[in-house]
Amino acid sequence: MSPIPQQAAILYTIPSWLPTDASAHGPALDHHLLLNLWLFLALATLAHLILLIGLIASRTVEPRNLWRVEYLPLAILTILFATLTIKAERLWAAARYTGASPAALQVEVTGMQFAWYFRYPGPDAIFGITRPQLVAPGEGNPLGIDPTDPHSADDTVTSELVLPSNREIDLRLRAQDVIHGFSIPELRLKQNAVPGQTIHIHFTPTTPGTYAILCTQLCGLGHYRMNATLRIVPPDEFATWLAEKQKAAKP
Amino acid sequence: MNPSNPTNPQKPNPATSPLLPVPYSLFPRLTDHRTIGLQYLALALISVTIGTLLSLLMRIHLVWPAWSLPLHGPILPEDYLALVTIHGTIMLFFVLTTAPQAGFGNLILPAQIGARSMAFPLLNAASFWLTALALIILLSSTFVPGGSAISGWTAYPPLSAVASAGPGQALGMDLWLASIALFAIASTASSINTLTTIIKNRCEGMTWDRLPLTVWGWFTAAILSIIAFSVLLAALLMLFCDRHAGTSFFLPAGNLVNGVLRTKGNGTPLLWLHLFWFFGHPEVYIAILPGMGLTSMLLANFSRRRVFAYRTMIITTLMIGFLGILLWGHHMFVAGLNPFASSAFSVTTIAIALPASAKVLSWLATVWRSKPQYTSAMLFSLGFVSLFITGGLTGPILAQPILDEYLHNTLFVVAHFHLIMAMAGIFALFAATYYWFPLITARSGKPGRLMSEPLGRLHFWLTFLGAYATFLPMHLTGLAGEPRHYSQLTGVPGPAGLLSPAGHLLAATLPLNRHITYAAIFLATAQILFFVNLIRSFRHGTFASQNPWQATTLEWHPVLHPNAPVEASETKVVVHRQPCEYLSAPATDSFLPQWIETADTKPE
Repeated sequence: MSPIPQQAAILYTIPSWLPTDASAHGPALDHHLLLNLWLFLALATLAHLILLIGLIASRTVEPRNLWRVEYLPLAILTILFATLTIKAERLWAAARYTGASPAALQVEVTGMQFAWYFRYPGPDAIFGITRPQLVAPGEGNPLGIDPTDPHSADDTVTSELVLPSNREIDLRLRAQDVIHGFSIPELRLKQNAVPGQTIHIHFTPTTPGTYAILCTQLCGLGHYRMNATLRIVPPDEFATWLAEKQKAAKP
Repeated sequence: MNPSNPTNPQKPNPATSPLLPVPYSLFPRLTDHRTIGLQYLALALISVTIGTLLSLLMRIHLVWPAWSLPLHGPILPEDYLALVTIHGTIMLFFVLTTAPQAGFGNLILPAQIGARSMAFPLLNAASFWLTALALIILLSSTFVPGGSAISGWTAYPPLSAVASAGPGQALGMDLWLASIALFAIASTASSINTLTTIIKNRCEGMTWDRLPLTVWGWFTAAILSIIAFSVLLAALLMLFCDRHAGTSFFLPAGNLVNGVLRTKGNGTPLLWLHLFWFFGHPEVYIAILPGMGLTSMLLANFSRRRVFAYRTMIITTLMIGFLGILLWGHHMFVAGLNPFASSAFSVTTIAIALPASAKVLSWLATVWRSKPQYTSAMLFSLGFVSLFITGGLTGPILAQPILDEYLHNTLFVVAHFHLIMAMAGIFALFAATYYWFPLITARSGKPGRLMSEPLGRLHFWLTFLGAYATFLPMHLTGLAGEPRHYSQLTGVPGPAGLLSPAGHLLAATLPLNRHITYAAIFLATAQILFFVNLIRSFRHGTFASQNPWQATTLEWHPVLHPNAPVEASETKVVVHRQPCEYLSAPATDSFLPQWIETADTKPE
């Protein structure tokens, strides 16, 4: 199977277009983005037309009417910009002003030069403590999970992000070394992971499929190859996958 | 010494002499503001050539990754990031900050306000030589072990704070910090000079509302420079201390970079982002405000019209400056800020679109049905307006946090700032060069020369088409998801080593990227015309009259002109009206300079 969903194939042949959209908040974002793009394309065209006509047409006395030429168009632009801002703010508020619901699936994302790691907290729903002193990628502990912490026993670490469709995800983002940019273009999602901070974002993936996870904040020489794969699967398939992962992690 | 001041003959007239007594005899040429202006322009010309060549290497590497650079070999990922870093740094600081502000500012500003020199000539010379030293230090970092810094011109820590974070982050990064710190000091000093000159050295009658809009641009940019560069300097020193003195301004405890663990401290990289962008955003207005002022003046001059809504233009210049320091947070929508803060910064960012729109409306109204004279300078000013509109309109899109969540750090952003800042900024510099070339080449006892107009017009059209062909498609690859700072677009492996979905996403942008690279090579090649014109016109250009464009501003005043009769140098200069005033009868083409010229031009 191609890693790109079939319906997106046509869009990919025209790279000018937005990639497919697989998140619940995505369609509203896309709609607003396209509205903005068309509006500003129209404004740019209009301004250039005025400029061209003004240059071509025969000479006349200079315009003096500040109200008609300056203040009225400015008032219209003010209303336009204000409307767009308010609309964008409502979308932003819906996505970011409040946290995830308690029922959301918890996943931790850790960025490090040059890989993304994903951790699922297991049945106890609590992430085990990590200590930077214990980080040992060679020994299978890239996150430095403390084995003496009882909560860490059921934690599962993967290098592929697998999420159930149509369930809210509560993502906690961390970075081990430098700032990384966690980005899933097809989920219209981007948030920097900052060392020393844990940043929460929440979203709901919808369309099952395989998607790209990129790093979008310059993080060193391997920046361009710091990617991972997101697989959105139906909820029952996700449960099977997680159970298998946890079984495999047991000694 | 000064006949214009009868009450106190000992006191030098501020309009004619520098504020502080300077041992001129020590450095007669090096402290001359025109010499310093030319030195800055030469430095910017060298810098823009290097910066452009670096960007071509980046573009070529992206679409032909196997291509091997002569004398160097294939371009490795760290080489690519060093190219990105030096390209950004050199263009932002050594071209777009120095050329309009310190270059043309020194060359033209004193005459345009009726002064004979800058306020602090010695400080002025010191600023230039510090800037030159900063450039040498920056370029020298190519040759140190590890090469140049690879953290981009924004130098986000911990990547920039820890030597083990990558090649180039050790000595290369230290040199970058030293270079930019020197540049910040030089820029602050130069801006204090500009500000003092404008406030203290204006000639009689040059009231604030008669100042040419270029001077308002220089004035506002100088204030922004002083505020912004001092903050940058502080941030650079803090970063330097984090690297070498064991402080933790930007580094949290438990930071583990490439096996190096930091056990103490409780800083945060976000502090750097705040400090850096508090400088970084005003910086783009420092680069563009003088260009905006010049565009207003040139459109009016070649349209034989007054600037539409002159006072509004002054107010919008100041408003852009004021708002410019309140919106740095729009670079940080996805950086880990409180989302409520993002909303606030979104509003201040959208707000700046209004004074900017007011300026565009004034430009459109000024040329509206004016049958302008299409000189090269006029064409580049019209090009500035076009690029400013196209590049500016994507600003409000990026100012909306929810849209920035998708577009941040994609090529869409690169397209936005290259059109509005890089291209519009460079177009203003071209306009300034074609327009002021007679003043650049004129010397005492030698008239100035004009640049070739046919070559200039050809240069304009090729550059204009090349600019759009290069930067418009970047919006599309950005919308398709192409991130910035990626040294490779094809065959990007996933964690398992196979071609990942990310590899497919990036490879999909390749056809358009190929086109962008061709267009970039075309755009750069077209600049050869400019160099040919520049070199030919210096030697063989047609001689210009004292006021070839029939401009109204004082730099063309017969006495303030570099080719002024020596005996007239003590003549008093008095300003009588706003710039860009013309007799409005349709048949006539008479202009009313700010000074009273001779009996044949009617005063007021």
